[in-house]
Amino acid sequence: MSPTPAAPRPTRRNLLFGTAAASAGALLTGCTSNSSSSGDDEREGQSQAAVADDSPGRPVTIGFAGPQADHGWLNAINENAHRRAEEYEDVTLKTTEGSNDTAQQIGQIETLINSEVDVLVVLPADGRALTQVALTAMEAGIPVVNLDRIFDTAQAYRCWVGGDNYGMGLNAGHFIGERLKDVENAKVVELAGLDNLELTRQRTQGFDDALANYPNIEKVARQAAEFTVESGQEVMSGLLQAVPSFHALWNHDDDQGVGAERAIEQAGRDEFFMVGGAGSRHVMEAIQADDSVVKATVLYPPTMAASAIDLARALGQSKGISGLAELEIPTSITLYSAVVTRDNVEQYLPTGFN
Amino acid sequence: MTQGATSEPASARQAGPAPAEPPGRARALGPGARAALGGPAGIHSLSLLGVLAVLAVIGAVTAPDQFLSTSNLQLILVQASVIGVVTVGMTFVIIGGGIDLSVGAIVALASVWCTTVATQEYGMAGMVFCALAVGLGCGLVNGLLIAYGPIVPFVATLAMLASARGFALQITDGRTQIVTVDSVLTLGDHDSYVLGVPPLVLFFAAVTAAGWVLLNRTTFGRRTVAIGGNPEAARLAGIPVRRQRLMLYALSGLCCGIAAFMLVVLSGSGQNTNGNLYELNAIAAAIIGGTVLSGGRGTIVGSVLGVLVFTTITNLFALNNLQTEVQQIAQGAIIVAAVLLQRRTHLAAP
Repeated sequence: MSPTPAAPRPTRRNLLFGTAAASAGALLTGCTSNSSSSGDDEREGQSQAAVADDSPGRPVTIGFAGPQADHGWLNAINENAHRRAEEYEDVTLKTTEGSNDTAQQIGQIETLINSEVDVLVVLPADGRALTQVALTAMEAGIPVVNLDRIFDTAQAYRCWVGGDNYGMGLNAGHFIGERLKDVENAKVVELAGLDNLELTRQRTQGFDDALANYPNIEKVARQAAEFTVESGQEVMSGLLQAVPSFHALWNHDDDQGVGAERAIEQAGRDEFFMVGGAGSRHVMEAIQADDSVVKATVLYPPTMAASAIDLARALGQSKGISGLAELEIPTSITLYSAVVTRDNVEQYLPTGFN
Repeated sequence: MTQGATSEPASARQAGPAPAEPPGRARALGPGARAALGGPAGIHSLSLLGVLAVLAVIGAVTAPDQFLSTSNLQLILVQASVIGVVTVGMTFVIIGGGIDLSVGAIVALASVWCTTVATQEYGMAGMVFCALAVGLGCGLVNGLLIAYGPIVPFVATLAMLASARGFALQITDGRTQIVTVDSVLTLGDHDSYVLGVPPLVLFFAAVTAAGWVLLNRTTFGRRTVAIGGNPEAARLAGIPVRRQRLMLYALSGLCCGIAAFMLVVLSGSGQNTNGNLYELNAIAAAIIGGTVLSGGRGTIVGSVLGVLVFTTITNLFALNNLQTEVQQIAQGAIIVAAVLLQRRTHLAAP
């Protein structure tokens, strides 16, 4: 092995590499943009008419604290909240940088309390860990709207609005059960989400409870992915290998579903139908096109963030919500996990998230 | 100047004349150590082949209809290919006495960068170029920081992990970027299998072969072993240690870029959560493959077998419908068992 003399001379090769590297850099920088040239922001201005009375009232400042939007659904939560707040002239929205770090989120909420917002909307990264700071806000006279992941005690929020994980499983199970009720020895496969989350267990419980009504159906396999496309692809291809033939598949999460669909395509399988979960735009478009195994999805609607803004505004203006006899806003609102199929997909398409 | 050459001139001078060829242990182990399957490294590989054989028997007994089918073997190889390519790069870095914690983050960044709407307009060539360039670029930054900073590899690559993940998230906003370029998508389909071998597995095989040649048959490989075994001796033997380090991290980055494109083909999308925990999986695979964490020793064949062991285990669990918690417990146990087993065989070997 001969020692190479280090010669810092601008040789032709070095110059060539230098130029190549510089132009590669320039090309790459142009590629960070994610906005398509055709401009597909038609979703804007398509949100539904406000349900509560939308005539301007007393000005309300709403503080909004959510987790880091590292997942399509969470990103949709932020977008829904912002878009809704912009629709109201009397609402000022103060948002914090999303964080998954408990200590950081506590600090952010304390900052919002100190800046004397009128109402807080909090989607905690971890409901249990953020209970204390929510209690502080309530004691300071700031009503808290708890979004989706629930605090430990009902004293920590004025109103909770969120999705129904058990109901999601239940509705998915009933949809599959109804479609398969005339099939003898029907086999069903479940692709679950992150197994160390309680919500995954609730979804599975609901699914199992629903399937129990149909004695002809057996759940032959269940595997858990991690809410990511990559894990969805990996786990689904294992499931397809393990179960050579089945009738229906329920996938807990449409983000990981992108990977699952890919695995199904790659395996060239189409003897079953697939039901998704959460309600992404991609899946709704697939349902509408009706050219793949995807036939339905069970919602876990991110529009709940818009509803939380509605509730926060009504709380700030000391109003109730229309359509109910109650004078006060309910303490708890559980959303319905509707099943989106080809028949009703048009109605839900605007709520689908990317 | 990273090494304290001036502080211990006496010992340094002694080390000086020794290694014109690979210094230290590799030489002492005799000529067999340089062959892929010779010496203790070869025993590692053989014991891993034994583990794979045991797993195959378990698979054939518990899932007789599915495990040994062609489609399942294809599946195992495809699932091993992405992390396998990353592990090849990681093996070089570890043999060279370093560590790269940023591989997963680089895979994530490269995969989302090459699946943006703007990049997809350039078609497959643009996406491949983008993935490789981003991977190589990140690797070069790692290498520059570590070789010329100098910052210890653990810290420099940890910083890259954080920044690259952050950048990936900034590009995607948490969205899943679906690939619409048909030529990329068909690369993962059955129709493009070559004589029953999926293209992704061919990529993996090519990277493995290139890695083997690079490590065992070139100056680059000998220098890698030398700077990992004894950087001071290597420097005194005239090896440009810093430039070699720079190139090792660049190589690891490039492997991440290749893996990122493969992952995009496999999953038909780019997402900022891609490559989650790849750093741990790649390090674990390299270690059970016989690569020594302190550097200077390791084989490409061992690392690839390590990856195959992990993938086969995952496959077995899926075929037998075992749940996540059981899988995780078993994986931890298998890492410990494999390393203990290797220590036994290693002690018995020389």
